[in-house]
Amino acid sequence: MSLIREVQAVLVKTAAVALFLAVWEALPRLGWVDRSFVPPFSEVAAYLWRSLIGGDLSRHLAVSLGRSGLGFGLALLVALPLGFVLGWFPAFERFVDPLLQVFRQTSAFALFPLFILFLGIGEKSKVAIIFYGAQWPLLLNTISGVKNVDPLLVKSARSMGLGRFALFRKVILPAALPQVFTGLRLAATLAILIIVAAESLGASSGLGYVLTNAQYNFDLPRMYAAIVLLALVGLATNFILVTLENRLTGWKPQAVRF
Amino acid sequence: MTARLAARHSVFSSIPGGLIAESESGPTARSVEPGSAVEAVGEAAAQEASLRPVKIRARNIRKAFEVGSAGGAVPALEGVDLDIRSGEFLALVGPSGCGKSTFLDIVAGLSRADSGSLDIEGRPVQGPGLDRGVVFQGYALFPWRTVLENVEFGLEAQGLPKGRRREIAREHIRLVGLEAFEERHPHQLSGGMRQRVAIARALAHDPEILLMDEPFGALDAQTRERLQLEMLKIKQKTAKTVLFVTHSIEEAVLLSDRVAVMTSRPGTIKTIVDISLGGDRGSDPEFRTQAAFVALRHRVWEALHDEVDKALSKEYSR
Repeated sequence: MSLIREVQAVLVKTAAVALFLAVWEALPRLGWVDRSFVPPFSEVAAYLWRSLIGGDLSRHLAVSLGRSGLGFGLALLVALPLGFVLGWFPAFERFVDPLLQVFRQTSAFALFPLFILFLGIGEKSKVAIIFYGAQWPLLLNTISGVKNVDPLLVKSARSMGLGRFALFRKVILPAALPQVFTGLRLAATLAILIIVAAESLGASSGLGYVLTNAQYNFDLPRMYAAIVLLALVGLATNFILVTLENRLTGWKPQAVRF
Repeated sequence: MTARLAARHSVFSSIPGGLIAESESGPTARSVEPGSAVEAVGEAAAQEASLRPVKIRARNIRKAFEVGSAGGAVPALEGVDLDIRSGEFLALVGPSGCGKSTFLDIVAGLSRADSGSLDIEGRPVQGPGLDRGVVFQGYALFPWRTVLENVEFGLEAQGLPKGRRREIAREHIRLVGLEAFEERHPHQLSGGMRQRVAIARALAHDPEILLMDEPFGALDAQTRERLQLEMLKIKQKTAKTVLFVTHSIEEAVLLSDRVAVMTSRPGTIKTIVDISLGGDRGSDPEFRTQAAFVALRHRVWEALHDEVDKALSKEYSR
């Protein structure tokens, strides 16, 4: 009984995606769209598999993941502590908030020339732009997570004689965690979005480079393979973060993995 | 000052001055053997109660709140004088906005009076502490903690080792009848169950004073009645000093030894009604219909309803 239910659940979850892939496969094969513009999904998948196992896509994937991961990691290191401090000291937050808003509304890509000017065209500027883009959702969600902790919980904890530090550790931190995770997931998504753009602007490796390069050379299976791979990276990242989130905030109704 | 007080609250006039002095002399005077509240029924009990030392003493408490940026301050409390005796269950009733909850917060040490003095066992209150347990209307349970972990919260603050914490927490969860729900999280519980957890949590670190701020205000009528009866049992078992803020006159009369009625804002104590009711309040379902109960309920109602009218007319005249 429960097995049937589980199979059913999996079917429901995958049906739309399966349908989409089936259409992608069928249209070029039936000649309804030009194969040279849209190769069937199976050809793209075969190309992707080959170039991941034996070809160069795995190397480009590793390069992109390295840059994104580094930028994301730096964003974590800076934005998390800063967010908690700013949320905890509202007066300070009120002071810096206008400045934060100005920077936040400045597109990371608008600043990319500046990053290149100061950090060169190499790795540093790419990691820097990912760091810059990814830290905003992290910072702002952490701040509002801390600020929006139910005051009654704080009151209740204070009534039991908790000092500031214990209050922070035992109430503020766990109460803010769900929103911090929202920030984490947005930041991870952004890190992947930005790497594609950054690598197509000036790079000789990485999935963004593969994407633009394949387009210039009209190597469409390769271009589609890069797109599919980026989509898979996004899904995998989200899956990992949601699994972590559900483990750490298991007390509340669960977030959906896909 | 004392004379004015005595004149206003006739109940104080029967207190021998020596006892007050004794209670001010320090913590040694506070001990009341546990269980004594169980026998505290009827006239004799009322007399016995008035012999107990004062636990909480509020004198001329004033508090105003800033309103907006206009700089105006609205007085919430204006000269509250109140003595709560050791082991006594005192209910505080008053029209909405009269400052009952503000007063409770001040006793809890969560906010400070603008002037006046608030002493617990003769020592001025400096801030919150584990000698007081607070139960809020909104439960205030930590959603990421299980029932057991919630009840352990105050014990952690006390620094007890884990095994001992578990043991004490389980004991108090049993007291409120939730032993089957120890591992649940608050969002999996009904309102009544959540409030029981909050009561267990407030009792677990064994405070001498229990402060309850409209604890049953958010519950439906049936649940509320159940919890009132359980509160009576807990009162008998634990013999805590209780300050119980409520909107419900019936609840106040049912549960307490004395009912203090507050005036409309700015709040002061208007009168105090002694609830010397015999019989077992918890187990007798007819208790609420007895003549003595009805008469006391009416007395409190009379004192209160003028103030409610005043509070309402103030509201409409704005």
